[in-house]
Amino acid sequence: MKSFAKLLATAATFGLMAGTASAEDMRIALVVKALGIGFFEAAAKGAEEAAGELGDVEIIYTGPTDTTAEGQIEVINSLIAQRVDAIAISANDTDALVPTLKKAMQRGITVISWDSGVAPEGRQMHLNPSSNPLIGNMILKLAADNLPEGGDVAVLSATTTSTNQNIWIDEMKKVMPEYPGINLVATVYGDDLADKSYREAQGLMQSYPDLDAIIAPTSVGIVAAAQAVVDAGKVGEVNVTGLGLPSEMAGAIESGASKSFAIWNPIDLGYAATMIAYNLAKGDDEAAPGATIGMGRLGEVTLDDDNTGAMADPFVYDSSNIDEFKGIF
Amino acid sequence: MSILKHRETLLVAVIAAMLALIASRFPGFVTPGNLAAVFTDTAPLMILALGQMAVILTRCIDLSVAANLALTGMAVALLNTVAPGLPVVLTIALAIGMGALMGAINGLLVWKLDIPSIVVTLGTMTIFRGIIFLISDGQWVNAHEMSANFTGFPRIEILGLPVLAWIAIIAIAAMGLVMSRTVLGRSIFAAGSNPHAAAYTGIDVGRTQFAAFVISGALAGLTGYLWIARYAVAYVDIAGGFELDVVAACVIGGISIAGGVGTVAGAVLGALFLGVIKNALPVVDISPFWQLAISGAAILIAVAFNARAGRSKGRVILKSAEHAA
Repeated sequence: MKSFAKLLATAATFGLMAGTASAEDMRIALVVKALGIGFFEAAAKGAEEAAGELGDVEIIYTGPTDTTAEGQIEVINSLIAQRVDAIAISANDTDALVPTLKKAMQRGITVISWDSGVAPEGRQMHLNPSSNPLIGNMILKLAADNLPEGGDVAVLSATTTSTNQNIWIDEMKKVMPEYPGINLVATVYGDDLADKSYREAQGLMQSYPDLDAIIAPTSVGIVAAAQAVVDAGKVGEVNVTGLGLPSEMAGAIESGASKSFAIWNPIDLGYAATMIAYNLAKGDDEAAPGATIGMGRLGEVTLDDDNTGAMADPFVYDSSNIDEFKGIF
Repeated sequence: MSILKHRETLLVAVIAAMLALIASRFPGFVTPGNLAAVFTDTAPLMILALGQMAVILTRCIDLSVAANLALTGMAVALLNTVAPGLPVVLTIALAIGMGALMGAINGLLVWKLDIPSIVVTLGTMTIFRGIIFLISDGQWVNAHEMSANFTGFPRIEILGLPVLAWIAIIAIAAMGLVMSRTVLGRSIFAAGSNPHAAAYTGIDVGRTQFAAFVISGALAGLTGYLWIARYAVAYVDIAGGFELDVVAACVIGGISIAGGVGTVAGAVLGALFLGVIKNALPVVDISPFWQLAISGAAILIAVAFNARAGRSKGRVILKSAEHAA
C-alpha cells in the first residue's frame, strides 16, 4: 500500500512535469519530510504564492510518504533525473542526505534547506524559520503588548536542561530593559508534562496573586497553563502566551485564557524558501557568509558564517486568524 | 499489626508536619479551599495507588498503569471527537472496561504463562504506548476538539468538592470494602503473604493475581478518562513515568514489595504524601533542581522504614524459635 502510494506520488510528479512545464519555466522542487502533513501542505501553499508572484516558476511539491531519509534520497534522485533547477528541502536527517544533495549540486542544481536543515556541505544555504534572539524578544513582546501599564510576568518552561528553552529565556532576559514596567517574577519548570506544568502554573498564580502573564515557550506548557488559568477562574486576569501550535491552542484562544501566542508561519516559510531558491538559481544572489538574499514580500535574509539565515519574527496567532490555521498544523 | 498502625499514624503525623512547615512559608496553602484542591489534584494518583496496592499485595507489580491510563484516555478522547454527544456515564463505563481488559491481558500472562509480572508489564507498557501512537497517528487531541460535557464532568462541584475528588473517595471506600469484607480481598492478602499456604487453603494464587491486575487495570482506565478530561489534552506521552509515582505512593504507604502487607489507608496516605509535596514545591520557592532530590529522598526514607519494619519482624520470629529450641 505504501509503495503504491509512493508510486502514485512519483507518477503525479512526472505527470505535472510533462503537463505544464514549458521550456523557459524555472522548476523549483519543494521537498518535505513527508506528504500529507498539514504544516508542509501550508508551506506548499506559500511556495505556490511565490510562484504566482514570480510568474515563470513551476513548483514541484514532493516528498516521501513517511518521514525517512531513504525516502527523501529516492525523491531527490528522481528530481535530479528530471533536471529541476532548484531543490528546497526540509530534511529528515542532517547527514544522510548530504551525498545525494552534493550530487545534485554537481549537476548544477541549486540546493537549499529550510525548516529542518542539512549539514553545510550538503546545501548552499539553510533558512531557519526564526532566530533565538527574535524568539526571545517575541515571547516577551506578546506579554508586554497586553500590559501597557506594565506588570508581573512569569516563565513556565520545559525542563531545566532543555537547550532551546534555556536559550530563548536567556535572549528574553537580554531584552527585558526594552520593556520598562515588565517584571519577571519567577521561572518555573513543568518538564513538558501536562500535570506538572498545570501544577506549576497553579503554583505561580498562588504565589503571585498579582501575576499578569505566564510566558510558556513550550507547546505542552502553554496548553497546560491555559487550562490551569481557566480552572482557577482567572481568565482575563492572567494572560497565557508563548510558543504553541494553532491546533493545540485553539481552545485556549477561544476561552480567552490566551490572547495571542506565536510560532513560525509555514506559509511564509514555503514562500521564503521558494523566493530564495529562485534568486539563487537565477544567479541574482549568491549564498556566501554575510550575503543578503531577497525573499519577496518578507524582505531579505542575511547569512551567517554557516550560510544559515533566519526568516523573520515568529508569526503571531490570535482570535483573528486562529480558525484559519488550526486545521493546518 | 502494631507496626502497620504505626505506619499510618506516622504518615498522618509527617503529612501534618509538612503542612505546618509549608504554612510557615506560604500560609495560603493550608486554607480549606486549597487543601481540597490538593486532594483533588492527588485523586488520580490515589485511584491508581489503590489498584497498584492490590497488585503489589499479591507479590506482583504493574508498571503498565500509566500506559494503560494514556491509552484509555486517548481512546475515549478520540471517541469523543467522533461522537461528542455520547453520555459521560457511558464514556466512563467504556474507559473502565477498556482498562480492565488491558489489566486482564497482564493478569492472563502472569497467571497462565507464569511470566514474572515486572517483565509482563514492562512489555505491555511499551505495547500500550505504541498502540496510542498508532491510533492517534502521533497527533494531539486538543481542548477545542473535546465536548464541554467530556471535559466538564470531573469539574462539577457537589458539596464543595469536584466530582474528581468524589470519584476518588468512592474508589477508596469501595476498595476498603473489597479488601476487608470480601473473599477476593482476603485472598489477595493470603496469596501475597504466603502463596503456598494460600494454595493449601484452596485459594488459586494465579487467579487471585489475575483479579488484582484486572482491578488495577480498571482503575487505570477510569483514571485515563479523568486525566484527559482534567488536563483537556491527549497525546502519546501523557502521564509519562507516572507508574513510578504510583509505585512510590504504595511504598511510602507501607505496602511491602514482598507482598501480603499493606492497607488501603496506607496507599491513600502515601499518595497524599506525594501529592502534598508535588503541590507545595511550586509555591514554597524551592529550586527545581532540588525538587526531584526531595521527592527521591522521601521515597528512600520510606523504603528504609519498610526494610526496618520487615527485618525486625524476621528477628522476632527467629528469636522466639531460638527460645523455643
